[in-house]
Amino acid sequence: MNINLTLIGQSIAFAIFVWFCVKYVWPPITAAMEARQKKIADGLSAADRASLDLELAQEKAAKELRTAKEEAAALIDQANKRAAQIVEASKDDARKEGEKLIEQARAEIQQERVQARDALRNEVAALAVAGAEKILETSVDGKAHSEMLEKLAAEL
Amino acid sequence: MAADTPVEYIKHHLTNLTYGKLPAGYERADGSVMQEAGWSFATTAQEATDMGFMAIHVDTMGWSIAMGLLFLGLFRFAASRVTEGVPTGLQNLVEVCFEFIQGLVRDVFHGKNPLIAPLALTIFVWIFLMNVLKLIPVDFIPSLAHAMGLEYFKIVPTTDPNATFGMSFGVFLLILFYSFKVKGVSGFSKELAFNPFNHWSMIPVNLLLEILALIIKPISLALRLFGNMYAGEVVFILIALLPLWIQWTLNVPWAIFHLLVIPLQAFIFTVLTVVYLSAAHEDH
Repeated sequence: MNINLTLIGQSIAFAIFVWFCVKYVWPPITAAMEARQKKIADGLSAADRASLDLELAQEKAAKELRTAKEEAAALIDQANKRAAQIVEASKDDARKEGEKLIEQARAEIQQERVQARDALRNEVAALAVAGAEKILETSVDGKAHSEMLEKLAAEL
Repeated sequence: MAADTPVEYIKHHLTNLTYGKLPAGYERADGSVMQEAGWSFATTAQEATDMGFMAIHVDTMGWSIAMGLLFLGLFRFAASRVTEGVPTGLQNLVEVCFEFIQGLVRDVFHGKNPLIAPLALTIFVWIFLMNVLKLIPVDFIPSLAHAMGLEYFKIVPTTDPNATFGMSFGVFLLILFYSFKVKGVSGFSKELAFNPFNHWSMIPVNLLLEILALIIKPISLALRLFGNMYAGEVVFILIALLPLWIQWTLNVPWAIFHLLVIPLQAFIFTVLTVVYLSAAHEDH
C-alpha cells in the first residue's frame, strides 16, 4: 500500500483511455444508435400516416359504395316504373286490339247475318213462289205477283 | 511462496509486485548491500516500502492497462462493425452499456459537454473490469506468477490505492478545469469565498470549508473504491486460510455478494464523477 509512481502511471493510462473512448468509441456507436432511433421514429410516423390514409380510403370507399347503392336503387326504381308503364301500355294496346277484333268480328257476324237473311229470304220467296205454283198448278205471273211477294219477303 | 504463517500469507497477498529504486548502501533482505542506487524488483514488503515514491507496481499497471485495453478493444471492435439495423450479440451488450450511461448522464448532468458521457463510460467499464478480477480465486494467479519466479503478485488494481487515486486525480483535474472554464477565475474564486456564508467577514472560513470540500471529493472517490475492494480482498484471503474442505461455505456467498459490490462500486464512482463535474459546470 505504498503510494509511488504507479499513481502517475495510472493517471496517464486513465487519460489515454478516456481520450481513446471519446475519440474512437463513443461517436460511431452513438451515431448508429441515433440513426436507428430516427429510423424507428420515421417508421412509426410512416405507419401513423399509413393508417390515417387507410382510414381516409375506407371512408371514401364507403361513400362511393353508398352513392353507388343510391344510384342503383334509383335505376331499379326507374326501371320498375318503366316496366310498369310498358306493361300498362301493352295492356292498353291489347285491350284496344281485342276490342277492335271483337268489333270486327261483330261487324262480320252482322254482315254475314244480313247476307244469310237476304239469301234465306230470297230462297223462301222462291220456295213460296214454287209452292204457290204447285198449289195453283198454274204458273203465276211473276211479274204480277212480285209486288205481293216482296211484301211477303219483307215480312220474313 | 513466503506464506509460512497466516500473517505472512496475508501480508504476502497484499503486497504488490514492485519495481523500484533502492538507495546506495541499502542492505537487502538476502544480506547483500547495494553498491550504488539502482532499480530492481522488491523481494520483501519492507524493500517495497523502502523504495519510496520511486517505484512502480508492475502488477497494478499491467492488469489495469490490460483491462483498459480489453474494454477499448471490445468496444472499438463493436464500433467498427456497428450497424443501424438490428443489432446482435456484442453490439447489444455495448448498446446496453451506452444507454445505461447516457441515461445516467442525462439524469445527473445538466450541461452540454461531449466529454462527460464517454468519460463516464470509460470509468464505469474500466472499474467494473478491474473489480471483476477479484472473482478469480486469490491464489490462482499469484501461484502462477510464483512459478514464473515473481515473488509478489496482486491482480486486482482497484485494491491498490495508486490506481484509485490515479483515476480520482484525473477526475479532480477535470473538476478544476471545468470550474475555471465555465465560471472563470473570478467566478470560481467567488464561489469558494462566499459559500456557504455570504458575508465578507466569513471569507477565511468559507475558503477553508470550500477548499476542503473540493479536496475531499477526489479523496473520497478513491478511498471508497479502494476501501471496499481492499476489504473484500482481505476477507477472501482470510477465507483462503481456512481448511480446504470448508472454504466454499464462505467464499461462495462472499463471491455472490461481490457480484453486487463490483458493479455497485463502479457505478458509485461513475455517478459521483458525473455529479462533481455537473457541479463544476453550474454557474451560480
